Amino acid sequence: MTHAATVHSLWTTAAAAPDKIPSPHIEYGQLSPTLIVIGAAIVGVLIEAGLPRRRRYAAQLFLSVVALAAAFAAVVGLAVGDYGTGKAHVAAMGAIAVDGPSLFLQGTILLVALVAVFTFAERRLDPVVHGNRVDSFAAQAAAVPGGEAEKAAVKAGFTTTEVFPLVLFAVGGMLVFPSANDLLTLFVALEVFSLPLYVLCALARRHRMLSQESAVKYFLLGAFSSAFLLFGIALLYGYAGTVGYAGIADVVDGQVRNVTPALAGTMGNDALLLIGGAMVLMGLLFKIGAVPFHMWTPDVYQGAPTPVTGFMAAATKVAAFGALLRLLYVVLPGLRWDWRPVMWGVAIVTMLGGAIVAVTQTDVKRLLAYSSIAHAGFILAGVIATTPDGISSVLFYLAAYSFVTLGAFAVVTLVRDAGGEATHLSKWAGLGRRSPLVAAVFAVFLLAFAGIPLTSGFAGKFAVFKAAADGGAGALVVVGVISSAIAAFFYIRVIVLMFFSEPRTDGPSVAVPSALTSSAIAIGVAVTLVLGVAPQYFLDLASQAGVFVR
Amino acid sequence: MSPVYYLYLAALLFTIGAAGVLIRRNAIILFMCVELMLNACNLAFVAFSRLHGNLDGQIIAFFTMVVAAAEVVVGLAIIVTVFRSRHSASVDDASLMKL
Repeated sequence: MTHAATVHSLWTTAAAAPDKIPSPHIEYGQLSPTLIVIGAAIVGVLIEAGLPRRRRYAAQLFLSVVALAAAFAAVVGLAVGDYGTGKAHVAAMGAIAVDGPSLFLQGTILLVALVAVFTFAERRLDPVVHGNRVDSFAAQAAAVPGGEAEKAAVKAGFTTTEVFPLVLFAVGGMLVFPSANDLLTLFVALEVFSLPLYVLCALARRHRMLSQESAVKYFLLGAFSSAFLLFGIALLYGYAGTVGYAGIADVVDGQVRNVTPALAGTMGNDALLLIGGAMVLMGLLFKIGAVPFHMWTPDVYQGAPTPVTGFMAAATKVAAFGALLRLLYVVLPGLRWDWRPVMWGVAIVTMLGGAIVAVTQTDVKRLLAYSSIAHAGFILAGVIATTPDGISSVLFYLAAYSFVTLGAFAVVTLVRDAGGEATHLSKWAGLGRRSPLVAAVFAVFLLAFAGIPLTSGFAGKFAVFKAAADGGAGALVVVGVISSAIAAFFYIRVIVLMFFSEPRTDGPSVAVPSALTSSAIAIGVAVTLVLGVAPQYFLDLASQAGVFVR
Repeated sequence: MSPVYYLYLAALLFTIGAAGVLIRRNAIILFMCVELMLNACNLAFVAFSRLHGNLDGQIIAFFTMVVAAAEVVVGLAIIVTVFRSRHSASVDDASLMKL
């Protein structure tokens, strides 16, 4: 052996040892919120496969609630462990940022999802069918509406308990989306939370054709917009030679150390940067529902099952604004003289467009959809500020707004007639006389949307507009106040309709919910009032969290 | 051959796909056009990868393929469900919601 080796060494020479591929270093503890939720989602799929039908509902509900609560506890643990401020850093080989904004938004998303799961699990609202209590989801989503298969499924008491793992998958994607620290992670997270939402939209028990229509619209437009996002990512990659946020920011700022000849060529090509940045922005603005890209919002919000609409309206907005903030504040701050005018325009048309079109709506869910568009405009005003206050005010607004939205859609599920939910506004006339409590609760949410003092809406709007004004966007604040006034008109109109008009004889009845929906609505009201009366603690929390890691 | 030509081809394919989504009316064709756009993105990634001499772009292309496959699963499921309840895959027929 040794002899042979020495003989060989006469005519061979040792080559350099092949480069070892370093094994990636993953900080599992810091990624635990996401890992818990995704893990629970996979267990949920296994429950669907293994458990008998009648046991699935309880098991899925228990699993979802425990997983979301555990993930929230993990987020709080990370925040207490100073990962939000002092120890903020980039984890998972540069893919995930663990910092103040991501922890704050992850906490918000998890709480929102927890409350939303309560509304998903509600089984007291729909009338009992063949002795089975049913929820808002189709007995068997694959069955043709009104067909034999559907009747058989309803008779057998099937329910779509798959909604729970779907929500958990969506939440998993949403947790990654605002903390993604490279463009590839951003894209994958976007798809991970979008695909379950497309499916969830198609699952309504009542008005199934509407529900399927909303799903196909959401899917086609969503896939279209994510293709734009991906091409934008390709162009930014071509510009900077990397998809990492910090790397792109360095190239944009011209601070890159070792410039290869290829990079020297592409760095000078502003077309790649500007078009790429614009396309990525487009993809994010679509998810937010800002005005040129808002066309899907009303149809999808109307057609989707109402619990899904509430979850989607609240949580998607939080996640997408988080990603938008990180993109604009971490990747493209060097380009702000280019993107600020564009975002000014988008914010103005979003605020005015949402508020003006909402005035003509006659359906509660569409009304809330246009109101969510207007709110996206208000939040964009805070994004444009490009100051630390801008970040913290947006974080606060998102937390405040998401609970109001969730509560408002939960109230919509209660007002019902023979055909299911009575969403036409004319049917809400006189609701305040028949069920004063439900109408009063809805009025609180509407006042919060309108931004009346002592509600969270006022505190959020004040913070955002103040940040925008300090950041040199005074004109934007003026437009914001005008469109708030327009929006207040139709919120007040609904309140007047509920309290000061005669109830219709064929009007809807208000279903008595179980503790699940009741607690969801109660949490919504409590958060709305607490953030409105005593916002200071939460504003401080948001401003502590308002520093991105790079 | 310069990688730049591949970028022009990617942009062309992307434009064809986007135009198809806007012009065509059948949900399946729309969906195929979206897939064309995603593949145009892949071509751009690989071309840029060659241009910069690093492998990031090629790896991303794999991720894009997986995402596109997942999208096909969900998308076709939705489109087929709609087709079965309406006997039409035209997106113009899907107009139950007004204004």
